[in-house]
Amino acid sequence: MGRFLGGILVAGLVALAAPGRLRAQESPYMVTYDHYLEEPGNLEVEYFSTLGTQRGGHDFHAAWLEFEYGATAWWTTELYLDGQTTFHDSTIFTGFRWENRFRLLQREHFINPVLYIEYEQISEADKIVKEVEGHDVEAGHAVPNAIARQDHNHELELKLLLSKNFKGWNVAVNPLATKPLLPSGPWEFGYAMGASRPLALKASARKCNFCLENFSAGVEMYGGLGDTISPGLHETSHYLAPVAAWNLPSGWTFRVSPGFGLNDNSHHLLMRWGVSREFSGFGEKVGKLLRGHP
Amino acid sequence: MKAVFLSLGILLFGAAGALAQADAAKAKKAESRFDYAELAKAPEKARSRRNPLAGDDAALAGGKKLFEQHCAECHGAAGEGSAKAPSLVAPVVLEAAPGALFWLLTNGVVRRGMPVWSKLPEAQRWQLVLFLPTLKVSQPESAPKPDSK
Repeated sequence: MGRFLGGILVAGLVALAAPGRLRAQESPYMVTYDHYLEEPGNLEVEYFSTLGTQRGGHDFHAAWLEFEYGATAWWTTELYLDGQTTFHDSTIFTGFRWENRFRLLQREHFINPVLYIEYEQISEADKIVKEVEGHDVEAGHAVPNAIARQDHNHELELKLLLSKNFKGWNVAVNPLATKPLLPSGPWEFGYAMGASRPLALKASARKCNFCLENFSAGVEMYGGLGDTISPGLHETSHYLAPVAAWNLPSGWTFRVSPGFGLNDNSHHLLMRWGVSREFSGFGEKVGKLLRGHP
Repeated sequence: MKAVFLSLGILLFGAAGALAQADAAKAKKAESRFDYAELAKAPEKARSRRNPLAGDDAALAGGKKLFEQHCAECHGAAGEGSAKAPSLVAPVVLEAAPGALFWLLTNGVVRRGMPVWSKLPEAQRWQLVLFLPTLKVSQPESAPKPDSK
């Protein structure tokens, strides 16, 4: 856990110390992905929180730290570090994820596909609910940390990120399939979809933090679709979540999203918020450092 | 577990460095890499589109702001180009049809590192297209002449 908190601290210090002109035009989604990748050479450091209500157990605060790097214009790679605090229980580190997104087509099309491949090594105590899959239900998060953390999952997750922009709106649909590798298990399925739009489509002439074009809002919905043994909607959870983002010209982005459970298997509320900052030219700076140039 | 994290950290750090070094090496061949050929690939229908914001001074000012936020980092503050991206004050760019520039901005040149910019609303892309020709005015005379083959 110390390592997890240390990571957050280091990322925070790096974020505060780093100079440079930065870009910010991030989508407001928390769970859904559109088809846009990180700009090549840029690093985005993100921190997200999920505050969840829990029936049959204690409420929790789960957090993840995310390092997103634009390796090329068609490949973005990310490392996630997950942790959580269950109130009246404990605070623990729950695992890591390594995510890769590949743009499949060179140009913009009617629908734009991106292939998402993620390897995750997390414990059963993980509660960030970054995606909902298979028969994930609220009761699964009621297990005390001391017990849940003993079970570790190695999973491969595949998503097809389909996204389209139309008259200022973005519409994205992400079907997903997860294969537990160790211990082996059936393929699990889920979905996420969203729609969002900037509050103003035209950029104002002046530089400003509070211009409407810096804000975007929308809604997303996500949930499980069962697995290969028992496909369908029974014993699955689903959420509907308004989303909003504030992109500052300085490169900071703030997001907030209250997610509401849509059935009895879902948490009543998953309150999410996050902050991120993009560091342009990160790869170039690291390269100079390695070559010994200032 | 510690070893896994350490390995992952080293791997990511190394990958970033390797990619950056590769970028630096490629920079020496920048002139031949940036051939502007993509502009010529704009379909006629896209090329013939007119800028709906033409003559709008407020939109032009917004375009300047967008250029500084999203383009200057790679293309230079005056659009002069850099090791990462071609000059935008080359005649082939300055004389390009607004519709062709809009098409290029929308689709990017992904295999050569230019991201798609359709994440910007259409109006903002037109604002950028409106601003680009003004770079010619602010460009110093000593600016390098890019290869526009």
